[in-house]
Amino acid sequence: MCLAIPAKIVEFSAEEQTRALVEVAGVRRHIDTGLLADESLRTGDWVLVHVGFAMSKISEEQALDQIRTLTMLGEQEAVLEEVTGYGLEESIAAPDP
Amino acid sequence: MKFVDEFRDPAVISKTAEEVRRLAGPSRHYRFMEVCGGHTHAIYRFGLKDLLPENIELVHGPGCPVCVLPMGRIDDGLSMAQDSNTIFTAFGDMMRVPGRHGSPLQHKARGMDIRIVYSPSDALKLAQKNPERHVMFFAIGFETTAPSTALTLMRAKAAGIRNFSVFCNHVTIIPAIRAILDSPDMRIDAFIGPGHVSTVIGCRPYEWIARNEHKPIVVSGFEPLDILQSIVMILRQLNAGEAKVENQYKRVVPWEGNRAALKAMAETFDLRNYFEWRGMGFISQSALRLRDAYADWDAEHRFAVPGIRVTDPKAAQCGEVLKGVLKPVQCKLFGKECTPENPVGALMVSSEGSCAAYYNYEHRKREAFTQLSVAV
Amino acid sequence: MSAEPPKIRFRDMQIEMAHGAGGKASRRLIEGLFAPLLFPSSTEPLGDAAHVSINGTRIAITTDSFVVKPLQFPGGSIGELAVNGTVNDLAVSGARPEVLVVTFVLEAGLPTEILEAEVRAMGKAAAAAGVVISGGDTKVVENGKADRMYITTAGIGRLLPGLNLSAASVRPGDKVLLSGPIGDHGITILLARGELDLEAELCSDTRSVLPLVEALAREAAPGLRWMRDPTRGGLATSLNELARDAAVSVFLLEDSIPVRDTVRGACELLGLDPLHIANEGQFVAIVAPAYAEAALAALRAAPGGHEAALIGEIREQPVATVLGATSYGGTRVIDMLVGDPLPRIC
Repeated sequence: MCLAIPAKIVEFSAEEQTRALVEVAGVRRHIDTGLLADESLRTGDWVLVHVGFAMSKISEEQALDQIRTLTMLGEQEAVLEEVTGYGLEESIAAPDP
Repeated sequence: MKFVDEFRDPAVISKTAEEVRRLAGPSRHYRFMEVCGGHTHAIYRFGLKDLLPENIELVHGPGCPVCVLPMGRIDDGLSMAQDSNTIFTAFGDMMRVPGRHGSPLQHKARGMDIRIVYSPSDALKLAQKNPERHVMFFAIGFETTAPSTALTLMRAKAAGIRNFSVFCNHVTIIPAIRAILDSPDMRIDAFIGPGHVSTVIGCRPYEWIARNEHKPIVVSGFEPLDILQSIVMILRQLNAGEAKVENQYKRVVPWEGNRAALKAMAETFDLRNYFEWRGMGFISQSALRLRDAYADWDAEHRFAVPGIRVTDPKAAQCGEVLKGVLKPVQCKLFGKECTPENPVGALMVSSEGSCAAYYNYEHRKREAFTQLSVAV
Repeated sequence: MSAEPPKIRFRDMQIEMAHGAGGKASRRLIEGLFAPLLFPSSTEPLGDAAHVSINGTRIAITTDSFVVKPLQFPGGSIGELAVNGTVNDLAVSGARPEVLVVTFVLEAGLPTEILEAEVRAMGKAAAAAGVVISGGDTKVVENGKADRMYITTAGIGRLLPGLNLSAASVRPGDKVLLSGPIGDHGITILLARGELDLEAELCSDTRSVLPLVEALAREAAPGLRWMRDPTRGGLATSLNELARDAAVSVFLLEDSIPVRDTVRGACELLGLDPLHIANEGQFVAIVAPAYAEAALAALRAAPGGHEAALIGEIREQPVATVLGATSYGGTRVIDMLVGDPLPRIC
């Protein structure tokens, strides 16, 4: 509970509305997009695939945002340490960790 | 691999692990439960425990749909395949789980037609390709998997495919979490919340955990960075004396869940009044069954199900391990009578069962053998 | 004085698929039933090939049977596997394969053109590997009693000079070398069966590894300790066997293990671990540290060896265990498979 993999939509089936071809690292599989009927899916979109069904559309923006937040971890600390070094910690409010 | 490799970046993992260490107050001992078996598997596979400070303890929860299935249900499913006209289909995860007279794979070795499928739609396709046979799909899983079974049932009905049935063993996660919190031995400080279940049910169903039980719960992804970031978020809440539901897995989990998936489930499934969870007893409103409108596709209507309750051997402590009261290694049978090769309980057979995960990935790291022990 | 009849330690009531998968169950069958009855006094750990002395000449002898569905798959067919498999077992035991014999068990109803194709493939593979197929036997069984055909090959070879390979010679500090990417063959077969509706540009890695072994022998013979070709059960199984037989620990840097993207993708989709997937054209070599660099260079320079990699080292503890380390410092135990790798959804 539960193996789900990000895969890119490469093609929609001409015959079946809820059938699409996705690709993961060069491996292709047909999946059912019936659970994302409410979303407007396009080729190039990334979806989370579980037991042959697309469960969710992946937000690249959110993914980048997350990585950015984590990459900045420790940078706020560095700033604070530098400031502390100048003995200014009482007059400057500590940034949110 | 996109959306995977970025979340395994060593430099960012290092930083995040450092932040965990910085936030975890040294005088305090933290116990976080990861509910979902997928998280248990990830924690061991990525060796994440090695990155955590000593005072953070990860407790494995009951979110393993194979582990919580009582042995009797496996026997019930296998009894349906006695009839040589029936093809028994199930996910690979089920194949080695022992029933009273052997696992599905062992039954296959004796000649029963048992096949692994990757998707419920594969089982339906098999039924279409074999109109003279009956295909029974042994459905397991939490709310992550139930919508796919639901949609498959809807497709079967719409196409009039009658030689197909579902033996429904889908269970729901909230009652399991409630059972954990109601347990008198419970000492959990916070929860690493299920990631993929939440793509379906959203984050709202966890609000009572924060509000009524005052435990932080962070819905988490499955990559190393996801799990570490979730721990950071939990620690921040605890340090601030807060308890709320947070969504770490934003790139995939919508706060409101997946409406189409919930709709499909509502159309095809009903809640059972009660269902037996292995090691946890009967829990009310915790499992799904097919609605009357789908009775023709319900394996429990199609076949006479023995419904025999099989109790676990007294020495097996599956229940306590499932609830996080005992660590796998504390069960008297662990590593001796109960190994992945000869599993007594499902926790040792399912790849995300805490006992199997611990055995396969961990316990020999902790015990330095000073002499060679030959396991035959 | 009568000797006590050998007792078997194998307690399973019936034979199952797991017993042929190359993992723990296979091991149990071999050590618990075959060994006590057939070679009760042997103290040597079981290897890919047996080395015997005939009138002072040391030769290697081995056998292997081939059961694969489908018979033909991208990159090869059962015939090629049958030749290369035995050639490789001899090569990694430190011998140059010379002669093969082959047995066919054919299912009545098998179209002749299929048999012809396989025999041609075998001839071609034998020529490429520099071995002679000098004889064999054929049996035909009723329709339904064999998966179209089963092939067994047995081979003998002469030991390569200067090599002294054994698990016992492996020591902490030795380096672990791998000839190329893992998982290609097993995943190719899985996809070729067509049951999983997965498509990928992938083919079996079946080939003779003799040229690579010879390159290693030329450059690093004094430092070459042990080799194995990880077939069924995968790299994890072979290294676990080494860890047990040599009473050492094998420590792997997981990021250094070459795996093709498509294999990785298929494994992620199915919940499989590339370390447990069968290979038919790769081998792992344990080399003394002083020779490791030269050995790796020799492999990389040899035809087909350009993807060879240094993937880890031998340590003292924890004994009989294979550990994998990620680049960010987490470690996990890499165990032997129980039976066949099964796709999972959880």
